Amino acid sequence: MTTSPTSRQISDPTHRPSRRSRVWPRYIPLVGVAIVFIFPLLFMFMSSLKPDAQILADVRSFRAFLPVGELSTDNYSAVFDRVPAWRFMANTIFVVAMVVGFGLIVNSMAGFALSRLQWRGRGIALSIILATLIVPFETIAVPMVWWVAKLPWIEFQDFIPTLTTGWLNTYRVQIIPFIANAFSIFLFAQYFKSIPKELDEAARVDGASWFTIYRKIIVPLSGPAFATVAILTFLPVWNSFLWPIMVVQQEALRPVQVGVQYFFQLETAWGEVMAYTSFITIPVLLFFLVFQRAFVSSIASAGVKG
Amino acid sequence: MLTAIRPHRPASTEERTGWVMVAPAAILFALFLITPVILTLILSVTNVRLISPNPPSFQGVDNFVRAFTADPTFLASLRNTLIFAVVIVPLQGGLGLGLALLINQKIRGINAFRTIYFVPVVTSMVVLSMLWKFIYQADGLLNSLISTVTFGALSGTDWLNNTSTALPAIIAMSAWAGVGFHMVIWLSGLQTIPESLYEAADLDGCSPWQKFAFVTWPGLRPTFVFVLVTITIAAFSLFIQPLVMTNGGPLNATVTIVLHAVNTGFSKQQTGYAAAISLIFFLLVLVVSLIQRRLTKED
Repeated sequence: MTTSPTSRQISDPTHRPSRRSRVWPRYIPLVGVAIVFIFPLLFMFMSSLKPDAQILADVRSFRAFLPVGELSTDNYSAVFDRVPAWRFMANTIFVVAMVVGFGLIVNSMAGFALSRLQWRGRGIALSIILATLIVPFETIAVPMVWWVAKLPWIEFQDFIPTLTTGWLNTYRVQIIPFIANAFSIFLFAQYFKSIPKELDEAARVDGASWFTIYRKIIVPLSGPAFATVAILTFLPVWNSFLWPIMVVQQEALRPVQVGVQYFFQLETAWGEVMAYTSFITIPVLLFFLVFQRAFVSSIASAGVKG
Repeated sequence: MLTAIRPHRPASTEERTGWVMVAPAAILFALFLITPVILTLILSVTNVRLISPNPPSFQGVDNFVRAFTADPTFLASLRNTLIFAVVIVPLQGGLGLGLALLINQKIRGINAFRTIYFVPVVTSMVVLSMLWKFIYQADGLLNSLISTVTFGALSGTDWLNNTSTALPAIIAMSAWAGVGFHMVIWLSGLQTIPESLYEAADLDGCSPWQKFAFVTWPGLRPTFVFVLVTITIAAFSLFIQPLVMTNGGPLNATVTIVLHAVNTGFSKQQTGYAAAISLIFFLLVLVVSLIQRRLTKED
């Protein structure tokens, strides 16, 4: 029922009856490992509903992982009083939607141009884009803070364009640098290559422009590629931390992960810590559980291409 | 159609469309990747600060000399990052393969287990680090487990406040957090190995170990290279775990290169010096990836 269709082992029907009785020992290691992976999050959800004193007391027994004792949503109320958590959530959702949305457009167009069009400079462009894959973001992050602090921007004040300097403390500094992504372009280009070239030629004969071919033929045929890129983009942006702590000081523009900093110095208020971390983790986990097959195959495709 | 601009090849609409469609990505890369890389090179030989009224001046190799001779925190960060990488690459890679072999069986409900093992991968590292900070603290979950299992005979330490256990504790937590990702990568590698090879091995009377050594492992070679390179790069970028759990302490026992670069470049605003540290870090990643690529080339 839930077995993977791609699973390598093929069960032998002739052995079924005897095998079924011996199948349960195979679950022992699986369950043991599952406990190792799930206990911190289980502890987090349960503790978010308990008062601090009880969290520390429950640590000594299995009660730490059970919804027992004095349960309430007091920790959540305290968190929402202290931290503008909903505002942070709205900021993160906005930034994620922008990076994923613009990223899908910009990177799929580049992937199309690199995989299906013949133009001078294509080879060079492709090698430059692949070369950027070896630069970890962390190596350029600090000089980039200096750089974005100097970048200009045009702002409209009463419909009059004015030139301003500096991208610090804006939404754009959280969005624009992360739209173009070499790995996304690479995944799109790989996928587009698998679509028969004859479709383009037929459409060209009918007088379609290259842009129409991209929009009307290639994009509708590439749903899986778009889903993979959306998932692979969504996760790091939702979880981004290093960049926003450096470039966003203004509270109203902060994303959810940065909100955890409010609790760094409050080690006694573990109930509130658990409530806030649950609050920012539940949306991702729900998303993951609903689309888990797509998540796992996206990650796997990332590996196979490497 | 436009008339030919260059004599031997017409500037077709295909040519123009290619440029136009790649332009947005190209401009963004130029601004937010290529420029910062060049800036890292330039700023690393200056004393520029994040915000300063004074113009920066050229310092030559002073920043690099300072890093290796006058900055014990940098040397500690280099040492910790290298130890972390050397331990976690085989640890996480090996555990990932073990999990992939465990999960690659055809039994009811196996997908549910795969999903559970993958949960830490989708959870943010900041959240996981906060949870493990609690698990590792003196009166936390780990110590209570240790004293329960041994009936009070053994008691743990304050893992993150002890110079000899802080880094190992971060290594163990990081392997736990990242292993699900590599399990999935190994699993997709395992599933590319044709079933017929295992059938042939069965006919030849191979033991399970022989099947692993002569069928599974050779078939996993391309996956192995990918796993090696990705864990290594992620290991060198270690930052959030020490920031949240220890802030580099105790006594620099867990400070890492990226943490140190952020502390000097951002908190202390010494952008020039931080650029030099970033450049050393980049060269380290580059050299290690090139060596790995050379070593893992087909024999």
